[in-house]
Amino acid sequence: MSATPPAVCSQPAAGAEPSSAGMARTPGVRLEVIALAKTFAGGDGEPVQALQDVSLRAAPGEFVAVIGPSGCGKSTLFQILAGLEDPDRGDVLIDGAHVERRLGACAFMPQRDSLLPWRRTLDNVTVGLSLAGVTRAEAHERARPLLERFGLGGFERAWPWQLSGGMRHRAAFLRTVLLARPAMLLDEPFGALDGITRSDLQRWLLDVWEEVGSTVMLITHDVAEAVHLADRVYVLSPRPGRVAATMRIDLPRPRTQEMLVSPEFAAQEARLREILREHSTSR
Amino acid sequence: MRCEVEKLRGRLGGVNASSTTPAASSALAPVEQLAPRPRPRPRQRLRTQLAHVWPPALVLLTVAVLWEALTSALAVSPSVLPGPAQVLEASWEDRANLWPAMWTTTKEAVLGIALATAVAVVLAVAIDWSRTVRRSLYPLLVTSQTLPIIVLAPLVVIWFGFGTAPKVGLVALFTFFPIAVGTVQGLASADPEAMALLRTMGASRRQLLLRVRAPSAVPQLFTGMKVAVTYAYVSAIFAEYVGAEQGLGVYMQASKNAFRTELIFGAILLTTLLTLGLFLAVVLLERLAMPWRRPTQSEVGW
Repeated sequence: MSATPPAVCSQPAAGAEPSSAGMARTPGVRLEVIALAKTFAGGDGEPVQALQDVSLRAAPGEFVAVIGPSGCGKSTLFQILAGLEDPDRGDVLIDGAHVERRLGACAFMPQRDSLLPWRRTLDNVTVGLSLAGVTRAEAHERARPLLERFGLGGFERAWPWQLSGGMRHRAAFLRTVLLARPAMLLDEPFGALDGITRSDLQRWLLDVWEEVGSTVMLITHDVAEAVHLADRVYVLSPRPGRVAATMRIDLPRPRTQEMLVSPEFAAQEARLREILREHSTSR
Repeated sequence: MRCEVEKLRGRLGGVNASSTTPAASSALAPVEQLAPRPRPRPRQRLRTQLAHVWPPALVLLTVAVLWEALTSALAVSPSVLPGPAQVLEASWEDRANLWPAMWTTTKEAVLGIALATAVAVVLAVAIDWSRTVRRSLYPLLVTSQTLPIIVLAPLVVIWFGFGTAPKVGLVALFTFFPIAVGTVQGLASADPEAMALLRTMGASRRQLLLRVRAPSAVPQLFTGMKVAVTYAYVSAIFAEYVGAEQGLGVYMQASKNAFRTELIFGAILLTTLLTLGLFLAVVLLERLAMPWRRPTQSEVGW
């Protein structure tokens, strides 16, 4: 088990840059993915190439979205980054250094909240800390000040079934933030939610991210979500997944609610849709 | 419940709306304190629980009344088939013999179940942990259940004597199986996504066992225990039947030899009640062990 990372997230100072844990050999790049390739054995014995030469990078504090049609290998990419799968080729660097053990290196938030039914809210959000050997009292002390901000105030001792869908997702996100890793991987975190809860959570996620200032890589298949949240968007092609295009989202921060209906937003969204259309038919 | 969720979302939505402007976003908007949803009131809960008690009680009462009526109407000899009133009366008069027998057997049954649970959990964890153990032990578990108690019980008496310990061992041998199988299945039923998530946090295999697999197994461990306790007393009584100093088995045999049929019936009735008590004790234990469970209509399971 790696040493407890610095608790950059326990004081969400506005706009603060998290201090890097390792030595930054290539300053300006927090998370770098170099020429990742992965082939699976398909159902009929045919090898299925999920990823072909995927390279991505995220600067410290940058919000990067990865978008693509379903089956483009987005999830495989994250499984590799999170350490659940090994790539056939390629490398993952954090702060310029090769990651020996990817399990535990990044903070991963899956699509489902996966809260443990036998843990109360406070114990669920601190599960990562307890795995790292932080005492329960110490872990609770770190989580408590953040509960209010995550809309969980008063629910410290609630069981997961007592929380609404939105609250469960905020608890899952707090659990991810409390891991205090160099980068966060969000795998379609709001994909399973209804539209209203979803846009609430998107707005709220932006607010929290702007305070915490962590590096985020987000998988999504929702164009508006990518434009709304990200600084840069990687477009993956259909299988085998490759980076087909990169698009910088030219919208100022903080992204307000009014921006969502502005012509600038619509223009960016249209452009991203155009890029997606161009690349989803190629093959 | 539903409208409460809506209310909740409404309030949280309000918080989010207030923090969209840049000025407000820096100020940490406090969320209104909300109490978790109330549990059902105790009185209401008692009523729903009673609803599970009176139907079987009514059936039993009807059977007892019919039985009493038939034995007295047909003038059946008490040594063949005594009526319920005779059974209760005779057993009560013989309570000086019945109580010690009951305690002995209860001790054997309860200790047997405790031993069975301990052994079953250790075996289940070993089977879950190692494929080699699974392959070499699982078939043996099944074969252990094919051993006929009729053959085994006298041997155990020959080897270990007439005391309590061999009875406890026999009870454990004949009750551990459903607990072990249930626990193995429970451990395997752990949510793979939760396991994967904890692995991405750097959890070790041991941590995954303790924090995800073990808690996932608790419901099925108790299901196994509920099956097991239903024959804990029967196994203990049978073990005593073969050779013991005291216990309900010895008591039944002595009553049979004395042609005291009503005392046999009394002992049978007591065994039934004791088994039911053991079952309810497991249900209670289950509730205490899983405070995280959403309260449901029936706690007993019927």
